[in-house]
Amino acid sequence: MIVSPVVLSLKKICFGYPGGQLILNDLDFHIHAGDRIGLVAPNGSGKTTLFHVAMGLLKPVSGTIEAFGKVRKKEADFVEVRRRIGLLFQDADDQLFSPTVLDDVAFGPLNLGKTREEAVNVAEKTLDFLGLTGFEDRVTHKLSGGEKRLVSLATVLAMEPEVLLLDEPSTGLDAATKEKLIDILNSLDLSLVFISHEFDFLSQTAQHIYTMENGRILFDKELHLHTHQHAHLMGQQPHKHI
Amino acid sequence: MNQDSFAEGHSVIHRIDPRLRLVGAVALAVVVAVSYDFTTLITALALSLLLALMAQLDLRTVIRRLLAPILFLLLLWAVLPWSFKGESFLTWGLITLTRPGITLCAQISLKTIALMVTFMALLATMTVDTLGHALNRLRFPDKLVVMLLITFRYLFVIEQEYRRLLRAMKIRNFQPKTNLHSYRTYAYLIGILFVRASERARRVHGAMICRGFSGKFFSLREFSPHPWNGAFCFFITFSLILLIILEWVV
Repeated sequence: MIVSPVVLSLKKICFGYPGGQLILNDLDFHIHAGDRIGLVAPNGSGKTTLFHVAMGLLKPVSGTIEAFGKVRKKEADFVEVRRRIGLLFQDADDQLFSPTVLDDVAFGPLNLGKTREEAVNVAEKTLDFLGLTGFEDRVTHKLSGGEKRLVSLATVLAMEPEVLLLDEPSTGLDAATKEKLIDILNSLDLSLVFISHEFDFLSQTAQHIYTMENGRILFDKELHLHTHQHAHLMGQQPHKHI
Repeated sequence: MNQDSFAEGHSVIHRIDPRLRLVGAVALAVVVAVSYDFTTLITALALSLLLALMAQLDLRTVIRRLLAPILFLLLLWAVLPWSFKGESFLTWGLITLTRPGITLCAQISLKTIALMVTFMALLATMTVDTLGHALNRLRFPDKLVVMLLITFRYLFVIEQEYRRLLRAMKIRNFQPKTNLHSYRTYAYLIGILFVRASERARRVHGAMICRGFSGKFFSLREFSPHPWNGAFCFFITFSLILLIILEWVV
């Protein structure tokens, strides 16, 4: 079996706010090219923190971050990381800060030094790909929740990243939008890491599911999703097994 | 919150390049602000009304938006005429209204109304983001443009947060009264809004950095040429010259 190269690797990462407990404690985490990893863990276990540390938004107390074959320490090191790794924030209102959709989707490409024409081109292509044709001049704060999530995804994809970190992408979406999101994610040729609490979402998107405990990722306790059939009372009523 | 209601029209003014409107409005403001001659001020008021007419502004909304400055002007009228020293105009017992006081009040009132109406006609007829992009094209500093645009964007989010908190208070039967409990609750409300706004600012900044933001603002907006642009330039230049002649030459 050919092992794909490691794109992002966090080694012995510790992170905590001054005076508080460590949120990440000796955490090890590696992403190989093409991985699709789901992270399931209770609220407050440090999943979002993990993403922000990987992007260089939070500086770890100790440990090393290696991305695309280089150790990343300083703010300047992360400029390249942020170009190649996209982060989808939990709250779309944090991600969409421009007045109109086109402005927002083109924001990343423009920052990467593309000309206006190229940026608009990439933005329009990305919007088309996500089925958001005609959204260019919509005002971002007037979009619905589902539209906001998809436009946020467009803003990240427009940067043409190699890895995508998604912080609860399916939370708060209706069934149709969730279906659409799953289709989109499965059609992407990227390495993906999802934070999610929804097993039905993860079962359709992730290959591996990890959990977090005491500020660490548990590899040995990898969860396996499976379906099974059995009979019981009231079985005709819609219900869930967790 | 609907600050954009003037921005949605399709009048002649709406179609004129926002940059020209911005420069025109500022130029008129400067000239009117330093003028004191009544002929000049009344002409300026007439011009502003003409611009409002061209922009097809809704008269009722214009008056509603003028209420706040008018309130301020009434305050001036209540104080200045008797507190200003000079030739007396009317005397009622102890109170003497002076001519210079009344003149000053009239000048301030005319200037205020003329400029407010001009700005409504020329600037309120564009959305805040158009204003931001126009400022950017006029080489306004990036930092100020980004601040303007982001303030406008998050005003709505913070307002929503405010309404959410207010609802949370209401469903637990909060009724504002004149007591310490009410004051404390309102203080909490304002405090938590500040905390949430600063938390959000941190997250938004993170999101911007993740997409390569380094302080440079790029504008995608194209301001296309329009045949009316030339006519507008001519109109503004003509108005400026007219006002300057009335004030300083005649």
